[in-house]
Amino acid sequence: MSLVIVDTGCANISSVYCAFQRLGVDAKVSSDLTVIKNASRLLVPGVGAARQAMANLQQRDLIATLQQAEQPLLGICLGMQLLTDHSEEGDVDCLGLIPGQVKRMQVGDLRLPHMGWNTLQVQESAQHHPLLKGIGANDYVYFVHSFAVAPSDTTLARCHYGSDFAAVIGKGNKLGAQFHPERSGAVGARLLQNFLAFNG
Amino acid sequence: MLARRIIPCLDVRDGKVVKGVQFRNHEVIGDIVPLAKAYAEQGADELVFYDITASSDGRVVDKSWVRRIAEVIDIPFCVAGGIKSVADAGLILEMGADKISVNSPALARPELISELEHSFGQQCVVIGIDSFFDQATGQYQVYQFTGDESRTQKTRWHTLDWVKRVQELGAGEIVLNCMNQDGVRQGYDLTQLQLIRKECKVPLIASGGAGAMQHFADVFQQADVDGALAASVFHKGIIPIPELKAFLVEHKLEIRP
Repeated sequence: MSLVIVDTGCANISSVYCAFQRLGVDAKVSSDLTVIKNASRLLVPGVGAARQAMANLQQRDLIATLQQAEQPLLGICLGMQLLTDHSEEGDVDCLGLIPGQVKRMQVGDLRLPHMGWNTLQVQESAQHHPLLKGIGANDYVYFVHSFAVAPSDTTLARCHYGSDFAAVIGKGNKLGAQFHPERSGAVGARLLQNFLAFNG
Repeated sequence: MLARRIIPCLDVRDGKVVKGVQFRNHEVIGDIVPLAKAYAEQGADELVFYDITASSDGRVVDKSWVRRIAEVIDIPFCVAGGIKSVADAGLILEMGADKISVNSPALARPELISELEHSFGQQCVVIGIDSFFDQATGQYQVYQFTGDESRTQKTRWHTLDWVKRVQELGAGEIVLNCMNQDGVRQGYDLTQLQLIRKECKVPLIASGGAGAMQHFADVFQQADVDGALAASVFHKGIIPIPELKAFLVEHKLEIRP
């Protein structure tokens, strides 16, 4: 098993790397096309802004490689947002791997960023999804974001803050989590473990 | 529902966790990594590490402990102290911190806040504010260099104005440390926090004064803060985090068990 954390030039690579180390997996961090193509699993991390992140991918010539990736791929936070079609944050086209639009969250009088621990509601249709094995209704996970994807048929779990948004998405072997599993205690570790066991 | 956060704060000096009373007379509490790990295991929602020497003495500070913390804990953590540039912040975030908190350097050069926001996103940028109620003028005033008593000084900013300004510049969260209450365990400064809450559209974290479990319930219920930060009551074992959380759940607060 070779897990490659795609070096997107974003800032939370260490925390993701350490989370996999705690699970006994020594991930490679790389932006090398050959290394990425040969990985058995890919992780797209992300902290920062969508436009900058897409520019980083472009600069590293990674866009086509990620779009053509056949191995299981998990995007985290901004990394998840990059899997969708488009982000309002900087009005930028994303990778288009999972249908969806990233928009600024509409939360009324609530505070943004949506920062802290919030509960997951697993979709009925995703109760048996391998990525969510052992993760139940009302498990708390850690979110830090101001932009989100509206729930759709690719949503595996939702979260509510002002309105419902997609907390976990998936289409085939392309997966994404809006929260930070690497910072979500035992529940997050479980999701990462499920990803390591994921067979499509 | 978004949970209210319980945030132990670990003041760090020369790689050790220390705690002073009203910012003075620091005593060593212990090593950073085992303490961080213990707090994560006890149910802390987040940790803040303040390098209290960094801003005040101007030297380059060894931050390799950030990486060691990132290796062992699986909850978010924020690092504060001596972050004066995008490069400083980038290094800390690369080592695995989730957020960086800026205090004195933002007062010296407010545009730093915008630079950090543009580089790392608003969610990474926490602004720490040390606020002191001046009885003579009846004003809340922002102080800087509070890590070193001999250099601590009043700034030109009234706290409310600074709170508004940092939000305009791109702050993603504000930690308001009420200096009059710090370390004396008489409760959070509810009056001031209520005042600030009205103008604070980003998450607001209360700091300074926690002494009893009721103080946490009060600050969540009466000042509507998103998180409550405390140090000595946790370090000295006065309030165990699991008991505190059970207490807050009983008080109908949204808390991660």
